[in-house]
Amino acid sequence: MNTSRRMQYLKAVSVSAYIVFLLLPIYWLLNMSFKNNQEILSTFTLWPTDFTLDNYITIFTDPSWYSGYINSLIYVLMNTVIAVSVALPAAYAFSRYRFVGDKHLFFWLLTNRMAPPAVFVLPFFQLYSAFGLIDTHIAVALAHCLFNVPLAVWILEGFMSGVPREIDETAYIDGYSFPRFFLRIFTSLISSGIGVAAFFCFMFSWVELLIARTLTVTDAKPISAVMTRTVSASGLDWGVLAAAGILTIIPGALVIYFVRNHIAKGFALGRV
Amino acid sequence: MLELQQVSHKIAGETYIDNISLKLERGALTVLLGPTLAGKTSLMRLMAGLDKPDSGDILFDHKSVLGVPVQKRNIAMVYQQFINYPTLTVYDNIASPLVVVGVKREEIGRRVAEIATLLQLTPLLQRKPAALSGGQQQRVALARALIKRADLVLLDEPLANLDYKLREELRAELPRLFAHMGAVLVYATTEPTEALILGGNTVCMHAGRAVEVGPTMDLYRRPAGLLAARLFSDPPLNTVAVTGSAGNFSFHQALPAFRLGHNVSLSGDFTFSVRPHNLQTEKPASNAIALPATVAVTELSGSESYVHFDFCGQAWVALLHGIREFARDEQVQFWVQPEHVMLFDANQQRIALAAN
Repeated sequence: MNTSRRMQYLKAVSVSAYIVFLLLPIYWLLNMSFKNNQEILSTFTLWPTDFTLDNYITIFTDPSWYSGYINSLIYVLMNTVIAVSVALPAAYAFSRYRFVGDKHLFFWLLTNRMAPPAVFVLPFFQLYSAFGLIDTHIAVALAHCLFNVPLAVWILEGFMSGVPREIDETAYIDGYSFPRFFLRIFTSLISSGIGVAAFFCFMFSWVELLIARTLTVTDAKPISAVMTRTVSASGLDWGVLAAAGILTIIPGALVIYFVRNHIAKGFALGRV
Repeated sequence: MLELQQVSHKIAGETYIDNISLKLERGALTVLLGPTLAGKTSLMRLMAGLDKPDSGDILFDHKSVLGVPVQKRNIAMVYQQFINYPTLTVYDNIASPLVVVGVKREEIGRRVAEIATLLQLTPLLQRKPAALSGGQQQRVALARALIKRADLVLLDEPLANLDYKLREELRAELPRLFAHMGAVLVYATTEPTEALILGGNTVCMHAGRAVEVGPTMDLYRRPAGLLAARLFSDPPLNTVAVTGSAGNFSFHQALPAFRLGHNVSLSGDFTFSVRPHNLQTEKPASNAIALPATVAVTELSGSESYVHFDFCGQAWVALLHGIREFARDEQVQFWVQPEHVMLFDANQQRIALAAN
């Protein structure tokens, strides 16, 4: 009795400690975003003594800030759509057909993710300049496909292989043509997989900095690049930077909220 | 009429279908009987056009259908696993073959209602397949096969995954449901009893070959070979080697010789076989053959008893009516009447005896 109560106590303490340590940096960021620079730099306060929304107002009114978010969202969404729609037929082929070198090709696709993005920066820059694509959204979206298409193929293949082949055959016997079967029956069967794949593409593209910064100048400059260029004559604007950080977390958190149940399914298939 | 001409099919060098020729008539039921891996499903996939044979031709109404894609063939197939579209409601599942070919909505509604009444699915039409029991799911699959009015209906062990009671029910309904359609109906099963209840014609399959083809009852009563006789026996057929000398047969030197009818005067080595239900413990007639046995184990299934015993070094089984319990190692005398004996020669071909 005594030991079991002590165990429970220990459990509660360790879990709380874990959560506190996880959330502390995020809380601190939120805390900073509601303070002014003077408070951030001069005193140590656990919560804003002089609560202000100025930092957020700066971001939503200054085009050099908010256009960063718009640019990021544009190329991230483009990338997600391209990566998933390209990966769907590829994953179907890997899941349903046997062809020469299929396993090797599948593995080779994954190896693309093993190289650090820095490796590809120089060739990408050279290539995209040659085609005049530098500082466009599509350039970043396409560059991120190198990493996201293999990942999406890998995730979708797992979900597709979980659908019995007899369903495909039954649909053909019923008279469905392949495109009609794929769009009407199959995609709805693997909607969880599509959600999870889209989520991972979104997240990679959203947080990736190096390639996005190299391929853009001003017109398509992503938010992460904007945040690294906030050093002004008056020094760093800490409060605005913290507010920008909070606003960067929000889209990711929203996407996670919507796909959280599907991700559990992906874990069950061993593909997340 | 569906006609298979010397069809063979290999997958990765392994023979799945070995030179099968068959003619299946419209409006008739053909049972594919064979153990698992006999090639029943492979043959159905070839008939459906899901796979292409390596050699041979498949004709439907005298025209080759090898070049016709599955979508254009007007067939229906029901699998052993209950295959439905999980994201569609029962109504949409049943309607889907009609929606694809663009039948008018009122017509679809009318036909779905009709089929749903027939298969007792009316209260379930708005549910998803996952919310149904196994028997209901398979009825949905059957409904989808029925509504299409297909020329060729393939049922691949449709009742194998259902519980006993539902199986009995659906088995009785199936031939009736499909009878008026005038389609070529093919039904695969591993169970001889199912084949016998369904009737029609049976194709006995073994290792990718069609061993014997004919009316089901004829194949059961007078199989041409040992393979078909074994396929049609559940519990398994009892066999033992026997030596004949001018009509006098003996299992063993220590056992008395016996005859299989007055005009049987065969000599040589044969396989003597008896179906389990033809064994008795009381001597039924003066010409009955005695089989001295040592009991191994007795299984009771309510109204019947399965007695496993050793006869001349072979494991045999007898199916007796009523509760009959024997102790282990008990010596029992079983009897069989000569007309229930099937005798096979060295090539496993049945020898017609006057007695049967």
